[in-house]
Amino acid sequence: MRIRTMKMMKFLAGAMTAALLATGVVAGVSDAPAPDFTLKSDNGKNLKLSEHRGDVVLINFWASWCGPCRQEMPLLSELHDKYKALGFTVLGVNVEQDSDEAKKLLKEMPVTFPVLFDNDSTVSKQYDVNAMPSTVLVDRDGKMRYLHKGYKPGEEEIYLEMVRSLIRE
Amino acid sequence: MINRKCAKGVKQDPKTPFPSGGRLESGDHYTLLPPCVSPLPKGEEISLYHFVCYVFTASLGLYLLLFSVVTAAAVLPEDRADALYHSYEGGGVEITGPSLLVLKKFGQSVAVTGNFYVDSVSSASIDVVTTASPYSEERTEYSGSIEYLHGNSVMSLSYANSTENDYDANTASFGISMDMFGNMTTLNLGYSHGWDTVGRSDIAEFSEEVRRHNYRLGVSQVITKDMILEMNYEGITDEGFLRNPYRQVRFLDASAPKGYSYDEELYPNTRTSSAVTLRAKHYLPWRAAVSGEYRFFADTWGIDAHTFKVGYTHPLSGGLLLEGNVRHYTQTAADFYGDLFPFYPSQNFLARDKELSTFTSNTLGIKVSYDVVKNGWRAIDKGSINLAYDMIWFDYEDFRDARVTGVTPGTEPLYSFSAGVLQLYLSLWF
Amino acid sequence: MMRLPSLLLISALLTACGWIEPWVKPYERAHLADPIMSFSPDPVSSAYIKHVYESREGARGASGSGGGGCGCN
Repeated sequence: MRIRTMKMMKFLAGAMTAALLATGVVAGVSDAPAPDFTLKSDNGKNLKLSEHRGDVVLINFWASWCGPCRQEMPLLSELHDKYKALGFTVLGVNVEQDSDEAKKLLKEMPVTFPVLFDNDSTVSKQYDVNAMPSTVLVDRDGKMRYLHKGYKPGEEEIYLEMVRSLIRE
Repeated sequence: MINRKCAKGVKQDPKTPFPSGGRLESGDHYTLLPPCVSPLPKGEEISLYHFVCYVFTASLGLYLLLFSVVTAAAVLPEDRADALYHSYEGGGVEITGPSLLVLKKFGQSVAVTGNFYVDSVSSASIDVVTTASPYSEERTEYSGSIEYLHGNSVMSLSYANSTENDYDANTASFGISMDMFGNMTTLNLGYSHGWDTVGRSDIAEFSEEVRRHNYRLGVSQVITKDMILEMNYEGITDEGFLRNPYRQVRFLDASAPKGYSYDEELYPNTRTSSAVTLRAKHYLPWRAAVSGEYRFFADTWGIDAHTFKVGYTHPLSGGLLLEGNVRHYTQTAADFYGDLFPFYPSQNFLARDKELSTFTSNTLGIKVSYDVVKNGWRAIDKGSINLAYDMIWFDYEDFRDARVTGVTPGTEPLYSFSAGVLQLYLSLWF
Repeated sequence: MMRLPSLLLISALLTACGWIEPWVKPYERAHLADPIMSFSPDPVSSAYIKHVYESREGARGASGSGGGGCGCN
């Protein structure tokens, strides 16, 4: 094989890998422990993720300026109400530096699950949020089991499926 | 162990054969290093430009191929309806009319837009007054488009038809917009094809054609969390009957009472132009935005133009928004333009369209918007009422006011005029 | 004059090849998603003003496209 073609192919492979890694689009399954965090919640008190060890937790990263985020909030409320008796909770993490708009939105469109305010973006960075919205499913042992990026109507079925399977475990 | 990848400056045993390509296979007992081979055959260098091109094309191709399916990044705009009343007044011309727009999504992937626009013209402009008589007419334009969202690309197809009693214009366009690289960059590509029929209201049999091709390329790049930059290029090629059939050129004529006479303009039957715009918008620490824009234009008729624009948007409390803008435009005349020719025809092509002359235009604009529907009302999510007023001053450097008589032809004062543009519109989002 | 456009393209393609990570995270796009940061929030008005200038000036073209925004998925 000519040296030049080989070099080109190496660069192609390298570029493709780099692109793959950079986008982190390969949304999938992992078994890493969900990083613990403490954030102020909408009821004024601090809330720690590890307090919910033993429950299945759906962490949803959202912002008031994100259309798809606003679309899925009522559906997440429904999901929370449906399964909370079986040891499940939704935790909404608002990623905005300034919580005013988010609080305004919650007044107009209240949700039944706890909403946390990540004003310093520490949790967003811990979870390497690179899509809006982002949904992370944590199992009863505190391990991150699923990451879903974005939201399009109909995808709440995916959440439902994952939540059901984690509850049954 | 020699810490080297290839045998540069290291003595090798010439008796031991070595595989071509310089690779050591497992199980081999070679202790020799592969010969140093340059990545490319001697004498054939790939410049940095080519290297970057290869990698870019490869990555881009693979990226688009793999990730346009996997990454769903773009969203279509919200459903909306807009009703605008527009009014232009200046230079003896009055043009008013409505512009209505409706955008509706069907499902999550398709958006359909329809637009209806009318210009009611009442013209006693300087060109009309000097060579013809004041007239009234109406121009109606209908346009529609479909946008289709797939992955992180939006493809659009549109068609527009504009009709008046002596001009019929049709334009069909195709566009594609791609969000890339973590939605930091948006690439836009577009092509339009236009076909027009030019007529004359005074000569029924007169009919000429124009064909237009527009090529658009744009890149929009997020620079910081507070700033966005955009660069757009548009190349346009026209061919056919490119002039206004009623307009005439002025030339010296000792036998005429005014010392000059008029005759038909003569234009080239092709025109190719290129325009490049660079614009930026920056978010200020208090909630406001400042924008700047520069456009360079050049064409095969010899016109060079520069456009500068700055704007400032400032929201106030209570749902009020204020916006101001300043625009400065200068252009040099077309090669075949002249206000007064020595005789007719003194050149192959002659034009006296002030649009092709050397001039500057300066604009001061202000806009006030008010949120009328703040928290939703029935099906309406958001609504605003807007009032905008722009004042434009046109100052010509080689177009003279031929309404002035009694002076030596060619010494009439240079023409200038100002125009007021009013827009009143209501926008509703569903 | 040609440097800035090339710079823009290069920054775009470098991000493409994954050599540089997107430096504005999705959760930092609050300002970019603000309607006041849009280049043409009112399409009927932008189209009208473009027509006003193009029918009176010799220059035409390159007046706009789209980008920025919320970058939502």
